[in-house]
Amino acid sequence: MTIASLIATPCELTDVGASKSAVVLMTRIRLARNLAGSPFPGWASTSQRAKILDLCREALMATSPMKRSLVASVGELSSLEKQILVERHLISRELMGSVQGSGVVISRDQAVSVMVNEEDHLRIQVLRAGFHLKKAWKAIDDLDTALEEKLDFAFSPTLGYLTACPTNLGTAMRASAMMHLPALVIAGQMDKVVRAVNQLGMVVRGLFGEGSDASGSIFQISNQTTLGESEGDILKRLGSVLHSIVEHELNARGKLLETDSGKLFDKIGRAYGILRNSHLLSSGEAMNLLSLIRLGVDIGVLPDAQRPVIDRLFIEAQPGHLQHAQKGEFDPGQRDLLRAVRLRSEFANFAAPDFTATQNGRN
Amino acid sequence: MSNPLKCDFCAKGATVHLTQIVNNKVHKVDLCEDCARAKGVTDPGGFSLADLLLKASLAPASPTGIVRCEQCGFTQADFKKQGRFGCPACYDAFRGVLDPMLDGMHKGTVHIGKVPRTSLARKSLHDRLSQLESELTDAIKSERYEEAARYRDEINQVRQNTGSKPTA
Repeated sequence: MTIASLIATPCELTDVGASKSAVVLMTRIRLARNLAGSPFPGWASTSQRAKILDLCREALMATSPMKRSLVASVGELSSLEKQILVERHLISRELMGSVQGSGVVISRDQAVSVMVNEEDHLRIQVLRAGFHLKKAWKAIDDLDTALEEKLDFAFSPTLGYLTACPTNLGTAMRASAMMHLPALVIAGQMDKVVRAVNQLGMVVRGLFGEGSDASGSIFQISNQTTLGESEGDILKRLGSVLHSIVEHELNARGKLLETDSGKLFDKIGRAYGILRNSHLLSSGEAMNLLSLIRLGVDIGVLPDAQRPVIDRLFIEAQPGHLQHAQKGEFDPGQRDLLRAVRLRSEFANFAAPDFTATQNGRN
Repeated sequence: MSNPLKCDFCAKGATVHLTQIVNNKVHKVDLCEDCARAKGVTDPGGFSLADLLLKASLAPASPTGIVRCEQCGFTQADFKKQGRFGCPACYDAFRGVLDPMLDGMHKGTVHIGKVPRTSLARKSLHDRLSQLESELTDAIKSERYEEAARYRDEINQVRQNTGSKPTA
């Protein structure tokens, strides 16, 4: 399997359609695992890294979710291909910049991806469209158990799974949800939410993790601590935090509709106008406009059928995907032109927002 | 103002003071403006105080002098620089540095949760096997043949359990 065919293949993120999920776009769980007796990737020699990569790949290919998967070494991938994988949340920015002896194995449906020799020997990730912590845990737990048949993991009875960084010790599990929170952003309540979530031991980040901005009002919320609490308890605690954020977002939407619908409709209407008519769009602006259109769908002023299209555009308006579709590399200025062309043509067929339609009080 | 707070990362005066409560424990970090910006503390998207605390707690030098992991050669200076360990055995070598750090970084200091049972069972069988093999060699050397036979039977038993071929 190649990257090009991977992009063309229907996948969990772009095709399952988080259509029923208004607020949680996707759920991800990541487990860090290391091989007993081997130095961590950052300290291993080139030949040790190569050996670890072979060992891990072989073990991965023997598991059922990874049959017929895409296997790639970071060195074999072009920078554009790497960027596409980052935009699909299949590899990290850290892996993208790594040198020899790193790789990735991605399942055909792109629901499972495993990075080898990133910060840890194995970074196993399961991704589900929508809000599915339990399903994602079941899938990743099974895969991890299957890998144990072939690999000896570094484990201490007191410290749990041993990881390169002590902040991941214990379960070595990071569970996160990508949430679309436009009303909380418009209402200026996001700072408050971030503080509250932080105090509960959870972390809020932008769309692409650490250090990235929250364009498109998309945030990632994940557990901060990994030691001293079981996977089940962490997921339960995260789940209840996520539920309460969903509730706050829906309340904020209700309140905006009730007290400030003129301002809200203006934003949605303008977003629609710009997406239909603009000739230059940066990816940040495109994300923010698409976010407003998605909010329009959620509150019922635009048809439900458009939600999966918007969710797909969230990914396809990113620089890597855009350049791949145009079969070339372009500077940012040219990309903004191409992005506007792409979005104009998508929105040419979109129904116009009907602002009388919110009366039935969706959400 | 005779003793203003210093930045936890450099020696400059601290102007940014952060407090975070994790599991009813209060964590405090003092930063100068430059470090605050560099660490992304001003990032409205949020930041991880745990990461900051990790690096801050690495600053004081070890009271015991140079600590080094026998297994991989990683030193405490390396850890200070990278904030990552060299290999799984480093967790034993740097226990003294690690323990005070863990307290406060996580919800607890002892693992609760999944245990790699298959992998641990295999490892304990392997350990048992190498122990028996060395005892067998010793027994043969000192001509304790009855004992040697018993060790051989036991080895075969263990091998059967692990699915490898028995010895003749």
